[in-house]
Amino acid sequence: MIKAVPKPLEEIIDLVKDFHKVLIVGCDGCVTVCEAGGLKEVQVLGSSLRLYFTQAGQRMDIDETSLTRQCDQEYLDQLKDRIDHYEAVVSLACGCGVQYLAERYHDKIVYPGVDTCFMGVDLERGVYAERCQACGKCILANTGGICPIARCSKRMLNGPCGGSEKGKCEVNPEIDCGWQLIYDRLKILGQLDRFEQPVDPKDWATSRDGGPRKIVREDLRL
Amino acid sequence: MNNTTPSRLEKMLAAGHLAVTSEVGPPRSCDGSVIEQKAELIKDYVDAVNVTDNQTSVTRLCSLAACIRLKLMGLEPVLQMVTRDRNRIALQSDIFGAASFGICNILCLTGDHQHFGDHPNAVNVFDLDSTQLIQTVRLMRDEGRLLGGHQFEHRPQMFIGAAANPFADPFEIRVPRLAKKVAAGAQFIQTQCIYNMDKFKLWLKLARDRGLTERVAILAGITPMKNVGMARYMKNRVPGIDVPDEIVKRMGGVPKEKQAAEGIRLAIEQIQELKEEEGIRGFHLMAIEWEEKVPEIVERAGLFPRPQLN
Repeated sequence: MIKAVPKPLEEIIDLVKDFHKVLIVGCDGCVTVCEAGGLKEVQVLGSSLRLYFTQAGQRMDIDETSLTRQCDQEYLDQLKDRIDHYEAVVSLACGCGVQYLAERYHDKIVYPGVDTCFMGVDLERGVYAERCQACGKCILANTGGICPIARCSKRMLNGPCGGSEKGKCEVNPEIDCGWQLIYDRLKILGQLDRFEQPVDPKDWATSRDGGPRKIVREDLRL
Repeated sequence: MNNTTPSRLEKMLAAGHLAVTSEVGPPRSCDGSVIEQKAELIKDYVDAVNVTDNQTSVTRLCSLAACIRLKLMGLEPVLQMVTRDRNRIALQSDIFGAASFGICNILCLTGDHQHFGDHPNAVNVFDLDSTQLIQTVRLMRDEGRLLGGHQFEHRPQMFIGAAANPFADPFEIRVPRLAKKVAAGAQFIQTQCIYNMDKFKLWLKLARDRGLTERVAILAGITPMKNVGMARYMKNRVPGIDVPDEIVKRMGGVPKEKQAAEGIRLAIEQIQELKEEEGIRGFHLMAIEWEEKVPEIVERAGLFPRPQLN
């Protein structure tokens, strides 16, 4: 899922300080799972802001809500009867949700309340790790199910580089060497022969390098 | 190995001589005279001079411009090129540019991560990796074609090199990885600096056993230690460098003012020892900010005068 972290409170205070009526909108999707932008976090942020502005002697009405998904028009529509009541909206959805909300209500000021980080997995509660960079052309079948684009700091397709030491990356000993992981897995799978064949330059056009991407699935369109 | 390019380094190796290369690191300014001064110190003692490409991700005068300066001095440069900072458009463009000045040696590298350098906030490119850069140069040279498919007439006559680090992990992957670079088109290899002789010899033996030393010219990387502090730093802080305890002990076992001389002696001993190894075709001396010592090392290692080619 998409992983995000809450923005520092000071940053959000700075964004909303010139308004008096603010709506905080959470998202029940990915950001709820990583505990950055679900209803619980909306309530925590609302309470913190109310406390701050009360102590600062500033009038500030803050309301709280959360939508099933902010990346879906159908759920964004649920705000249509109440959003005009607010001068600004703080969205705790990922960057997609923030933008889609702003797109749906294009005359409304919408601020992000989280920093969207990556697509990843839950290693344990509060610990998330990146696994996919959405390059648009999955090569996991050839790399032992471990992605060198997401997991090698140099996204090498013919790794590991000379900086791999004791299974760790040269960038930081906290980072596993993606190619050590690939090698170990290929060995277990009896597929080490895959390692010696040079991998040709990748077509990055399906990645972000091709410009903003869009999927059109004719088979699904109504 | 048949001659494929006008490279003097290639001819030297083809003639069966032990080749000697060294490197100059460009300055962190636009003072091009620094390169010329450094090159002046070593030019009669080496067959070709590598120019590093923003090594350790620190921004320096560019490798290509520095190589052109060396070429204009009548020297034989080896253009080091990393894929960290340039995409395939820029890399191929620079290869055209280099070849237009008659630069005919290239060392294809992925490059250190920018995290190490003076711009850790920079974007990195890594459109290609080192193996793919080797493939690219070979495609341009042998097929007169760019990665995008464009065919052209004047082909860059590059003698293609790559790096190998026998000391990085996992060890068992290091010879297969060498094989991969050779399969991609690498003709010469300059290794990481060698301190762990046993491990290096084992790597070389495994490469020999697979017939790789017949297909690629391996130049052993030698970096003289200036003092025990450098030995400790390289042991503990530089990823992918293997400095055994004996080396640290040996450097620390002599008084401070004699450590530099000990470092030189050690480098010479390493060369002497490796000269005897089947599959070693020459030496790559990386005297980091110590270029003035290259002549002494080459001379005392019995590699001077450099053979003349017709």
